[in-house]
Amino acid sequence: MPDILAPFQYDFMQRAFVVALFVGALCSSMGTYVVLRKLSFIGDGLAHASFAGIAIAYLRGANFYAGAAVATIVTALGIGFIHRRGRVSLDTAIGVLFTGAFALGVFLMSRSPRATVDLQSFLFGSILGVSSYDVAMVVGLGLFVALVVGALWRPLLYTSFDPVVAQAAGIRSGFIDYALLVILALTIIVSLQAVGIVLVAALLVTPAAAAGQLTQRFVPMMLLSCAFGVFSTVGGLYASYELHASSGATIVLLATLLFFVALGVNAARRPRRAP
Amino acid sequence: MNAVEVHGLHVRYDRVEALQGVDFTLPRGTALGIVGPNGSGKSTLLKAVAGLVQPSEGTVRVQGRRPRDLRPGTIGYVPQVEDIDFQFPVTVRDVVAMGRYPRLGPFQPFGAHDRSAVARAIEALDLGALAGRHISALSGGQQQRVFVARAIAQEPLLLLLDEPTTGVDAATEDSLLALVRGLVRDGLPVLMTTHDLDRAPEWFDRLIVVDHKILADGTPDAVLESGAYAGIREHTHTHGHHR
Repeated sequence: MPDILAPFQYDFMQRAFVVALFVGALCSSMGTYVVLRKLSFIGDGLAHASFAGIAIAYLRGANFYAGAAVATIVTALGIGFIHRRGRVSLDTAIGVLFTGAFALGVFLMSRSPRATVDLQSFLFGSILGVSSYDVAMVVGLGLFVALVVGALWRPLLYTSFDPVVAQAAGIRSGFIDYALLVILALTIIVSLQAVGIVLVAALLVTPAAAAGQLTQRFVPMMLLSCAFGVFSTVGGLYASYELHASSGATIVLLATLLFFVALGVNAARRPRRAP
Repeated sequence: MNAVEVHGLHVRYDRVEALQGVDFTLPRGTALGIVGPNGSGKSTLLKAVAGLVQPSEGTVRVQGRRPRDLRPGTIGYVPQVEDIDFQFPVTVRDVVAMGRYPRLGPFQPFGAHDRSAVARAIEALDLGALAGRHISALSGGQQQRVFVARAIAQEPLLLLLDEPTTGVDAATEDSLLALVRGLVRDGLPVLMTTHDLDRAPEWFDRLIVVDHKILADGTPDAVLESGAYAGIREHTHTHGHHR
């Protein structure tokens, strides 16, 4: 087998690459809406909020995805509800709920003597440790999210651009906002295995932010973001194997590098101001 | 059936009552102008008809239904100030095409009729040369034309325009006037706020003067000759026009 294909001789690496591919495509596609709606903080917030559910599931021996899903979706809907009904700004609602949920997770884990080693993998991901069950969950949830986005992309786009006029025209902007929060929560759950709680926000924001530097059209931005996301996850995983480094960190570093390259390309294209 | 029926409408923002018992009807094929001083509740009235603010008392019916129960795409709305991110990655054509979105179901392709409606709206607002431009690369007046084109592309059954002529040049105002009168002739009901009292007879079949309540309702000439007009004119000339 040629050296370049060496990582693929292992089953665990094959599974990791499948997960990397799906997570990269999914996070960066959803990230386009996150960046355009200025919701960068929410990715970080929901990822941290999932920790409460993960901790409860871990300590009770329940399903990881079910625990993360319940905590993340409840937090997402809670953020939307408090923001819309409670006259609380979105960033404040996110800040209050995610820190509360994260603190609950830390509190529960701190009372368990066997939790310290696993805490690391929850925070920074363990893509090399994914099982066939994890792959099936990631692929299944990923396809579901893709289906929902495929069905709702027009109202999502309209309410992202001009929510008031979209609502007057009959688009249920409240439903669309909640739907976005739920599919964002599912995207984050899917991604936790790959890059962990701390770094998932980067995958939601950085590829889309890089794409936004290079195009002024929505569909090209989403496609470019998707390409950057997949390049970051798959390329980062490969690089981490070669460099014997943390896969989650390498993935995010590659995405960050792409962002700065895009920033440079955009700056170079812009006409210089006259002195 | 009237296109719009408003009865005993009160709208309250916290402790401020923006509208205090407003009644009017708008038949099909009629352009109804709303004039009044700044802060008189003109925009709130449009928002209540659009279903964007809820009545604290009274009823609003559009095509016999509450605004929230209407089929998507029924109301075309152009707000006075677009509170949007002008760096959003969309061109003029993309924005106009959004007018079709409420009429399209999930996975429904953007069909020939949708493309034709967008093309006609772009042509009607003379945006052909700008269609491929990013929305941020336009002047304020050009952006206003794009938002009117989006509402037209929607093929609404009711058009709500909140001071659409503010910030546009005289030629654009003339073309907007011709466009709106053409739509009204074709049967579209139009509800529009304005500060421009002098041209009201050209724009509207009927005029109402609003200052939290309806102070006058009639043909533009009759309303302009009434006492209600003088007070408004003095007020708007003292405080000037603003967006």
